[in-house]
Amino acid sequence: MDLPLFYFLVLGFAIFMYVSLDGFDLGIGILYPWFDKPGERDHLMQSISHVWDGNETWMVMGGALLYGVFPAVYGTLLSTLYIPLMLMLFALIFRGVAFEYRFKSDRSRAYWDLSFSAGSAIAAFCQGLILGTVVQGIPADSSAFSSLHWITPFTVFTGFAVMAGYAMLAACYLFMKSRHDIQAHAANIAKTLLITVLIAMVVVSVWTVLTQPYIYQRWFSGMNFVYLAPLPLLCLVAGVISWKDLHSHRHESRPFWCGILLFLLGLAGLVISIFPYMIPQQLTLWQAVSPHSSLMFILPGVCIFIPIICLYTLWGYRIFSGKVEDYQEGY
Amino acid sequence: MEHLNTEMLSRVQFAFTVSFHIIFPSITIGLATLIAIWEGLWLKTHDPRYLQLAKFWIKPFAITFGMGVVGGIVMSYEFGTNFSKFSEIAGPVLGPLLVYEVMTAFFLEAGFLGVMLFGWQRVGPKVHFISTLVVAIGTWISATWIMAANSWMQTPAGYKIVNGVFHVDSWMDVIFNPSFPYRVTHMLLASFITACLLVAGVSAFYLLKKQHTNFAKKGLSMTMWMLLVLTLVQVEVGDQSGLEVKEHQPAKLAAIEGIWEAKESNVPLLLFAIPNMKTEQNDYQVGIPHLGSLILTHSFDGAVTGLKAFPKEDRPYAPLVFWSFRVMVGLGIGMVLIALAALVLRRKGRLYENKWFLRAVAFFTPMGVVSTIAGWYVAEVGRQPWVVYNLVRTVDVVSPLPAQRVLFTLIAFVIIYGLLGLVYLYFMRKLIRKGPPKMATLEKQLIGMNAPGYALAWVKNLKHEDHHPEGEK
Ligand code: HDD
Ligand code: HEM
Ligand code: HEM
Repeated sequence: MDLPLFYFLVLGFAIFMYVSLDGFDLGIGILYPWFDKPGERDHLMQSISHVWDGNETWMVMGGALLYGVFPAVYGTLLSTLYIPLMLMLFALIFRGVAFEYRFKSDRSRAYWDLSFSAGSAIAAFCQGLILGTVVQGIPADSSAFSSLHWITPFTVFTGFAVMAGYAMLAACYLFMKSRHDIQAHAANIAKTLLITVLIAMVVVSVWTVLTQPYIYQRWFSGMNFVYLAPLPLLCLVAGVISWKDLHSHRHESRPFWCGILLFLLGLAGLVISIFPYMIPQQLTLWQAVSPHSSLMFILPGVCIFIPIICLYTLWGYRIFSGKVEDYQEGY
Repeated sequence: MEHLNTEMLSRVQFAFTVSFHIIFPSITIGLATLIAIWEGLWLKTHDPRYLQLAKFWIKPFAITFGMGVVGGIVMSYEFGTNFSKFSEIAGPVLGPLLVYEVMTAFFLEAGFLGVMLFGWQRVGPKVHFISTLVVAIGTWISATWIMAANSWMQTPAGYKIVNGVFHVDSWMDVIFNPSFPYRVTHMLLASFITACLLVAGVSAFYLLKKQHTNFAKKGLSMTMWMLLVLTLVQVEVGDQSGLEVKEHQPAKLAAIEGIWEAKESNVPLLLFAIPNMKTEQNDYQVGIPHLGSLILTHSFDGAVTGLKAFPKEDRPYAPLVFWSFRVMVGLGIGMVLIALAALVLRRKGRLYENKWFLRAVAFFTPMGVVSTIAGWYVAEVGRQPWVVYNLVRTVDVVSPLPAQRVLFTLIAFVIIYGLLGLVYLYFMRKLIRKGPPKMATLEKQLIGMNAPGYALAWVKNLKHEDHHPEGEK
């Protein structure tokens, strides 16, 4: 296969891993305000405290891949999206430190709760803003650095949509990992969010198709729509299955996997819309790619280490598999 | 106000955020290693004091690690946000090194950290020890890659420039660039020293307060043996590093030594001076004649290049380099003296009693961090005005952002990191005051270590009762 294309897929994989894994753990923070009975927040925190660092590492992986393989995209994207990125980083700082300090605090616990949930919500919102900005296109002139092109009705909408999506994943995760009250509560929230997310996906799709002629072309020229129809249909199927599962206890983990599938389909839709551009209408992946020597150097690493990483990540999840226990364990 | 341009602000912001970040890795690299050593020794000897050491230090380790992670994530994006052109031209060299760092180190650390911190009751003692060891090894690997990247910027090799972009000819030459071996060794030693000083300092504090004495004696004694070796080796490696700087970055060396004349053959070893960039000489200079020549060239009159041999715009800001170097070396010599004093006191059997010695050790608790930061200032400020030595100037590669925007984030970083720093110190103090876990608590937890499955069942039965098997965290 063409190397740049291969790396494009690897990058896509890293982003997918990131949004699914950090998606549910940021989502736990977004759901925090709805869980305020004694012990519930400890439970939520415990359900992810052993995995959040690994989840966030996929974001570092995405950044490093972009830096090493598509340096022009890394430079342009990060510098023109300066403020939303920095806000996201600040938010991630607040939520990241809350994991350690919350359990060791006595009087300041309320602050750590706030830092965790506001941090998670803002980080998710900023990621949605960034996503929306990329779809909507970045000005090709120097105004990209100084104007507020990244804050428009569309990007604000995608910001909230991503928040809803992450929260939905988290609610499904809790449905899988909890018992009794928390589980029932999570199921209710998950149902509302599932509907919200499906509607948001429709709105975003229609909105982009109407405002971006080149995306309209991609989806509706010739027979394209027929070939691409499985995408929205699968979304619907995933939605229906998880809706049903949330009403019984027979398949407690299926809604979560359906949620992940929704994210995968959304990502696929995005790639289909803007391919081969990495920055729409400006830089294609072939224009942005690093020299051959750099691509060759990373190749063995990617082929060897990514499978290994997936294996021990899986092992880590297996050790903590099953329902979350409400006693304090650990160090 | 003319200094508040985007270039200056971006540099200050980068320097500030990376200086904050390095505080935590320099502790975690060494501390992870010590914890792995204690766990290993405990498995081997079953001396419960080792378990106590491991179980106590894993808490400060966890909060330090968390701080390292959040600060590090900022760093990995800052190249792109503030130095976008630099990313475009050097991305093909530095990016792949970072990709390898993520794949071989960050995932490893993060993946096994969950088991190291939270898996005590879920896996057997051997698997737990291996997880700890893997985390420690992950931190070394991480340091190795990032030092390769940074050393390449100091002494670039193995590249060719095509259309203004760096292409790599030989990855071996890129990674094993001339300064890499010295600098990675120096950095890893610095981290081990930093962690040993932290452990020794806290132990000394307990001994002075006459608390947890058995625990503190073990900690102090072990770290003093380690420091004896580490600090002496560090002085030698630092000296080698200096010789390497003399060869590849003569302007930095001139700033370190405070030499101005283009060719100076009687180089004194300056103890005090204030290099003056305007008048091109040192104010208030006090030094030992010829000693500098002797150290740098191993001959009485060996000649060394001075700052005047370089055009004004190619000189680093000498006072900062000069003084950072003296802080690092001064503290380094202090550490050697402490380790030697420990040896003497041990001979006399007064290691745990001598008040002055214990006070000195307690005073040195944070000095590893201080000299590590000072060392980085020598290396990084001494490299200026270049970002890739002799090839790319820092000014030329800054993102063309509006200055107010960078000013805004800089202020935000100062406030947020300032607060976080205080919170970190507060929690460290809290953990230290609380002291090590009691033997009785450890014995309860031991059940977990001996039979993980049994312990899990046992603990699960307790889950709805109010008291927790290991008390509060
Ligand atoms: C010599 C050591 C060293 C140095 C000079 C740096 N780091 Fe670092 N970094 C580490 C040693 C380390 C570590 C020991 O591996 C950390 C500390 C705590 C941790 O979680 O890993 C870490 C964490 C860490 C993380 C979080 C990893 C995770 O999610 O687990 C990132 C993204 C970076 N660093 C990136 C950087 C960048 C871009 C640097 C350069 C400007 C940098 N670090 C300097
Ligand atoms: C972790 C310890 C480090 C510290 C304390 C540190 C400190 C500094 C300081 C003080 C400067 C500013 C110099 C000046 O402008 O006068 C600087 C510049 C720089 N450093 Fe580092 N550095 C560290 C590690 C690294 C690493 C590992 C890299 C890259 C792999 C790096 C890349 C850079 C770059 C790109 C600049 C240029 C931007 C600037 O001038 O501010 N640094 N660093
Ligand atoms: C006492 C003898 C020491 C000498 C002669 C010495 C020498 C040096 C020199 C010449 C550099 C600059 C290297 C470069 O720019 O490429 C340096 C950097 C550095 N030093 Fe030291 N050093 C000593 C002790 C220490 C101690 C005790 C620590 C910390 C515990 C330390 C930590 C560092 C660090 C972190 C750096 C920056 C990374 C690097 O460039 O290697 N040094 N040292």
